[in-house]
Amino acid sequence: MVLARSAVQPRPAVAVTRRRQGLGLVVCLGVLAVVCLLSIALGTRNISLGTVWDAFWHYTDTDDQAIVRDLRVPRTVLGLLAGVAFGLSGAVIQAVTRNPLADTQILGVNSGAGLFVVFAVGVLGLTDLSQYLWFGFAGVAFALTLVYLLGSVGRAGATPIRLTLAGVALGAVLDGVSSGIRLVRPRAFDYLRFWDVGTLAGRPMQVATTILPFIVAGTLLALLVARSLNAVALGDDLARSLGASIARTRVLAMVSVMLLAGAATAAVGPIGFIGLMIPHVVRWIVGTDQRWIFVYTVVCSPILLLLADIVGRLVVRPGELRVGIVTAFVGAPVLIWWIRRTRVSAQ
Amino acid sequence: MSLSARDITIGYDRKTISEHLDLDVPEGRFTAIIGPNACGKSTLLRALSRLLKPQAGEVLLDGRDIGSRPAKEVARRLGLLPQSSIAPDGIAVAELVARGRFPHQKLIRQWSAADEAAVVAAMAATGVTELSGELVDTLSGGQRQRVWVAMVLAQQTPIVLLDEPTTFLDIAHQIELLELCVRLNREQGTTMVAVLHDLNQACRYADHVVVMKAGRIVEQGDPRTIVTAELIEGVFGLGCRIIDDPETGTPLVIPRSSIVRLA
Amino acid sequence: MSRTGASGVDFGRRVVVVRPVGRLPVRPAVVCLALGLAALAIGVLALSTGELSIPPADVLRALAGEGSGAYRLVVVEWRLPRVLLALLLGVALGLSGAIFQALTRNPLGSPDVIGFNTGAYTGVLVVTVYVGTGYYLVAAGALVGGLATAAAVYLLAFKRGVQGFRLIIVGIAVSAVLGSVNQWFIIKVNLQAALAAAIWGQGSLNGLGWGQVVPVAIGVGLLCVVLLGYGPRLALLEMGEDAAAALGVRVEATRLAYLIIGVALIAVATAAAGPISFVALAAPQLAQRLTRTPGIALVPSAAMGAFLLTLSDWLAQRAFAPTQLPVGVVTVSVGGLYFGWLLIRQGRAQ
Repeated sequence: MVLARSAVQPRPAVAVTRRRQGLGLVVCLGVLAVVCLLSIALGTRNISLGTVWDAFWHYTDTDDQAIVRDLRVPRTVLGLLAGVAFGLSGAVIQAVTRNPLADTQILGVNSGAGLFVVFAVGVLGLTDLSQYLWFGFAGVAFALTLVYLLGSVGRAGATPIRLTLAGVALGAVLDGVSSGIRLVRPRAFDYLRFWDVGTLAGRPMQVATTILPFIVAGTLLALLVARSLNAVALGDDLARSLGASIARTRVLAMVSVMLLAGAATAAVGPIGFIGLMIPHVVRWIVGTDQRWIFVYTVVCSPILLLLADIVGRLVVRPGELRVGIVTAFVGAPVLIWWIRRTRVSAQ
Repeated sequence: MSLSARDITIGYDRKTISEHLDLDVPEGRFTAIIGPNACGKSTLLRALSRLLKPQAGEVLLDGRDIGSRPAKEVARRLGLLPQSSIAPDGIAVAELVARGRFPHQKLIRQWSAADEAAVVAAMAATGVTELSGELVDTLSGGQRQRVWVAMVLAQQTPIVLLDEPTTFLDIAHQIELLELCVRLNREQGTTMVAVLHDLNQACRYADHVVVMKAGRIVEQGDPRTIVTAELIEGVFGLGCRIIDDPETGTPLVIPRSSIVRLA
Repeated sequence: MSRTGASGVDFGRRVVVVRPVGRLPVRPAVVCLALGLAALAIGVLALSTGELSIPPADVLRALAGEGSGAYRLVVVEWRLPRVLLALLLGVALGLSGAIFQALTRNPLGSPDVIGFNTGAYTGVLVVTVYVGTGYYLVAAGALVGGLATAAAVYLLAFKRGVQGFRLIIVGIAVSAVLGSVNQWFIIKVNLQAALAAAIWGQGSLNGLGWGQVVPVAIGVGLLCVVLLGYGPRLALLEMGEDAAAALGVRVEATRLAYLIIGVALIAVATAAAGPISFVALAAPQLAQRLTRTPGIALVPSAAMGAFLLTLSDWLAQRAFAPTQLPVGVVTVSVGGLYFGWLLIRQGRAQ
């Protein structure tokens, strides 16, 4: 797919040196730290930073401190993990499919994880995250395989437009089946409709600790494979001549997406647009080296997710808008604006 | 049937490619538009064929603004072989050629004797009659291009525009195609305008050459008079000398070489 | 009717030439006829099975206006409208899918791409929550929601013309926003209303009668006439915009017209019976494989759509009798099989 140059090539004015990139990363980490603090402090009740500090070091069991410890901190930690997961999985998918407009939502992967989890909860009656987590993984693997195969139907292979259309079609099917299952199990329907769009609310710390090892594993795997992905981005033939093992790279990348997207979707529900937007912005700043793209994505995606969550908590006080809804409302206009700006010639 | 551009400004989105361009396409001759990459030759052809609307000025077909005529009427007078066309999977040669008759057909008149005759003649002229029932996907690049030309011929238009018709063809097929164009021009008086990127082919086969650079027409006329070493150097940045083609007597561009071959 | 036959041109397949009206390729015509007859046969089957089993001979008699009053009541008053609707809606879905696949030049192109179903769902939810739950109210909500969404997607994607990929991406973006809105409604609303909306979302021909047949027949009929009026232009558009324009097709206007017709067809179907998945996606492709036409063929797609929907609806009624499944559930399964078939073909081709 050919995009107008302005959208893809790094700005030559920003001399992309290692040092600058390292500095940029530190800045982003700083922003992340600030956003985390805000996430702990802001909400239906704004809590002063002093109280937050006390909640950690001088715990005296006041209401506000309890909120910090039992609600806000778990929520923030979960937001961090989910942000990393959705953002990085999007970046990996974009690298592997050479499609700058892909993320786990668009390609129907979230729908796959969702369907399998609905099956686990609705039909098998599982209630423990650590049990239906594995269904999330299976669902991701299933959807990924299918969307890739479907997108390859025909002679031209898996071009971006075919993959996108395959994702739309597959997402529609899987959502339809998921809907059908839920209709047949009204009690599960009731439970699941509260989970159906991504949200960080009402998850205890245990959720975050359960998915932590998988997110970490997925992240490490993605970073390991980043270098080979640089070669793969040049095209299969060139990559082979550079010594990259394409099949192995693809499989490892897919496993990492499976771990990241599967765990996150099982824990918080499907959240879109993070994986779509952040790698784009990062590419624009950092250039095309996948290693730096992945690292920056890991740091910046939680920033967007936590900000969206904060906005959701503030905008309709005392109620709350789920983070999945906020990202859609923010991400969609940005996506539309972006696609109008760019001169896209698909294929 | 005359085709000309009057003071046109053409471009895409915010980018202007050419301004205040004037061109009279010589009737009944074979015209070639040449120039370096991104000089605006394809853009000019697209404007002449009504695919691109000029931002200013007008393109005149038979004295009237081409944009004011109904599309089908223009298609009966002006044929175009675009750069990128998609042959639907599984279509037979004759079917594809028959689609060229659309401008002449009505809703309840979709296959008349005239249509049939035109298709037969077009396939004969391009030499694809034996391939009539074959699927286009199974043909070679050269054969496929001939089939597209047959489709344009089936349109039976007095003017035919060709946008880089020789790309992706090997040398034998390139020559074959260009000779076909010359033959059509001589036998039926069809006005031909082709965007070509091979200088020597343009000089050999065209009666009238339009040389463009950076969106402007630098020079136009009979290749034998206008193609000089200074022109080529100025437009293409290529040092060269011009000799007479031993086959046809037309100008042959010999690029200067900076590599000294040890004898 | 030999390959060259009365015409002097070999088209590579059997063609009946009627000068000067046109050429009729034999295989597609036969397939359409076969599909049509099969659909009618299933229709008769549907008319004769049910809680009351009526022998086919009596069914035909009842249709002709003779035979026992009881049979006439069951067949003509109760069952016939549903069969007719299955046929009509199948035609509408098949044609709509064909149009979208031709416009996007992709076998997975469908009205979902333009966000229609999500918008229709939004309309239904808005109506259910704020206005009421009558059949016509819900249908109106679906219609308005879907059409408004399609229009919004088109306008947002319009920038000196609408280009395929941009339309798809804008459709995805708008669907995402509306999808979120839908989710929010579903959470806000009480369980009963949420379930009712979800059931609508599965698509069903249950309980539909003559009151629905007439407007649907008029709608689909008119749209078919308009479609016919555009002639072979869809096939020409499939060759690429430049080639179509060179042949005298006014590309932007014609594409918009086809888009409107495609949306109108799916709108009629969705308003009448809720979103029925897969027929629009699968029918044109299956029809193309059977008839071996180059590119998308409208009439075979319509015939295949009618056949698929009639079959699916009969299965939905009979497969788990006496439970009536929503027809959307059957078509989703059909869709799954269809995808599987596509993949197997793909695997074999490599």
